Amino acid sequence: MLFDALFLQLGYNATLVSLGAALLGGAAGISGTFLFLRKRALVSDAVSHATLPGVGLAFLVMVFLGGDGRNLAGLLLGSALSAGVGLVCMNWLTRNTRLAEDAAIGAVLSVFFGFGIVLLTVIQTLGMGRQAGLEGFLLGSTAGMLMSDAMIIAGGSALALSVIVLMRRPMMLVAFDPEYAAARGLPVPRIDMLMMGLVMAVTVVGLKIVGLILIVALLIIPSVTARFWTDRADRVVVYAGLSGAVAAYIGAAISASAPNLPTGPIIVLVSFALFALSLLFAPNRGVLAAVLRHQRFQRRVHLRQGLLALAQGHPIYEPLTLRLLRRAGLVRPDGVATDMGRARAAKALRDEKRWELVRSDLAHEAAAALYDGLREIETVLTPDQIREIDRRIGGPQEVLA
Amino acid sequence: MAHRAKSLIGTCDDTGAQNPETSPLCVRGLTVTYGEKPAVFSVDMTVEPGKMTAIIGPNGAGKSTLLKAALGIVVPVSGLTQVFGRPLEAMRSRIAYVPQRASIDWDFPTRVIDVVMMGLYRELGLLGRIRGHHRKVARDCLDRVGMGDFADRQIGQLSGGQQQRVFLARALAQDADLYLLDEPFAGVDAATEKAIITVLKSLREAGKSVVVVHHDLATVTEYFDNVFLINTRKVAEGPVAEAFTPETLQAAYGGRLATAQIDQLAVAQG
Repeated sequence: MLFDALFLQLGYNATLVSLGAALLGGAAGISGTFLFLRKRALVSDAVSHATLPGVGLAFLVMVFLGGDGRNLAGLLLGSALSAGVGLVCMNWLTRNTRLAEDAAIGAVLSVFFGFGIVLLTVIQTLGMGRQAGLEGFLLGSTAGMLMSDAMIIAGGSALALSVIVLMRRPMMLVAFDPEYAAARGLPVPRIDMLMMGLVMAVTVVGLKIVGLILIVALLIIPSVTARFWTDRADRVVVYAGLSGAVAAYIGAAISASAPNLPTGPIIVLVSFALFALSLLFAPNRGVLAAVLRHQRFQRRVHLRQGLLALAQGHPIYEPLTLRLLRRAGLVRPDGVATDMGRARAAKALRDEKRWELVRSDLAHEAAAALYDGLREIETVLTPDQIREIDRRIGGPQEVLA
Repeated sequence: MAHRAKSLIGTCDDTGAQNPETSPLCVRGLTVTYGEKPAVFSVDMTVEPGKMTAIIGPNGAGKSTLLKAALGIVVPVSGLTQVFGRPLEAMRSRIAYVPQRASIDWDFPTRVIDVVMMGLYRELGLLGRIRGHHRKVARDCLDRVGMGDFADRQIGQLSGGQQQRVFLARALAQDADLYLLDEPFAGVDAATEKAIITVLKSLREAGKSVVVVHHDLATVTEYFDNVFLINTRKVAEGPVAEAFTPETLQAAYGGRLATAQIDQLAVAQG
């Protein structure tokens, strides 16, 4: 079943949901990245919770006007309006009161969400009989998704993506260095609003599939996942889009492959799985890489200290140092240096002197910045440069490694 | 013009001896408050073209705020700024600003060359492709601050002084006429201080104007042509020989500077 779902063999509705989810996941991952880089990721939480009163009010208005209360376009319009009001409230609170942004987020989030729940409860007790499905906006539901619903998601995501392509440079400048951006004449508050507006747009079109409580995960997790794999902002954006799209696609496929698997939560769990894999296994910033790097580093430190101790005839007490030296064949089991050990030790001592000169000479600043007590000097300087340094040190000219 | 009668609200035309048309940065009646407490109160400043000017004053005297408000980064309560005799907004492209190093998250995922490339923001536009000649400009600017070998490094791997030089390289990439630097010498190593001052002097040779928020009184006479002393209000403005005197320092710093220190500075000045 899962295989069928992944390859879009599970029928019209499941295909629609999977493709729609992938588009939404990509747009959410990318627009969320800018908030993440601006260190305002939690704003998305307030925005998404602020959509709920809009859903309830739009339903009431549409029913009151004699229409179908469940018209998706109408409900989304309502949610966008109330999320917009929430955003304005939050900005106003942050700018014009002494409340910090986190407090403003908490206030807006809880008040709007509470009001939305009240509205939903009232609608239920009114017994209009046509309200079924409004709760779906909380956690998302894809049952009975229509082509028109998918078109709204596709259209909204495409619009958000094209705005991002157009505005990526000013948004990145503001995210990195808002003061510099302001000095260059960029309208920083408006660009901040644009970033949040994009997140709002993605939230609104994603309400149907993922629901307002979990859309935050789609906005934030992909950028955090992406950050593990690269140190370049432009790539963080692209990777976040990819990871969001993949997670949403696989999640939607899994939920379509068995009855009673909720789409939104499954998508979030898949997204989390990608995050967990990155956290553990990413090459540079991953946990495993960090542990291995530290171990390797520690061994190199011990080996280096051991060699320097040998060169200067100091006794070695550290068991790990001795073990490493023995294993490398640099000392005999009784602790006496082998020929190779003596040669390596002399070279280590020589390199220390070379580094000392390099680090005290401004002409070698870039090389000196790489000094960590371990790095082979041959990897940062040319043989000519090393010869020049050796000439300044004096003493024997050739030291064989 | 070391001292002038100050008007609460003036215009850039009543600048006396200095020609307002050519002043790269003219500020009138600038007041900035945080809450109700003024950080900068009714300050007039007229930067002389082609000179290096230091803004000095005690901690919390409003040095950085003055610069930020003049550039519209902080919204002033009142006051106006003219750049080369015209309104600020029309002249943004001729200003290069170097913010304080501490205002940035240095773990931001970006490389040295990308930061310098931000200086080319205007040339690149919204959708323009980054081309070879853009990269060359960025690398040349890095070379000028002695950071050519660091182009592909992560900004977080740099020392404080190196970070400061990258910021300066970004400003150089803008090829502006007025350079405003906020505490570029704060917490940097001697090599960086030397590299920065060399670059700033070369800018002055090229006819550019340089304004620096500065905290080290000992180097004022050596580095700068003009000073602007501030302690919430303007204390003095003019050539170092006239405006950087024991009297003006006493007025700006009050008890915060020992008399011995002031005498020493006056002696250093000769």
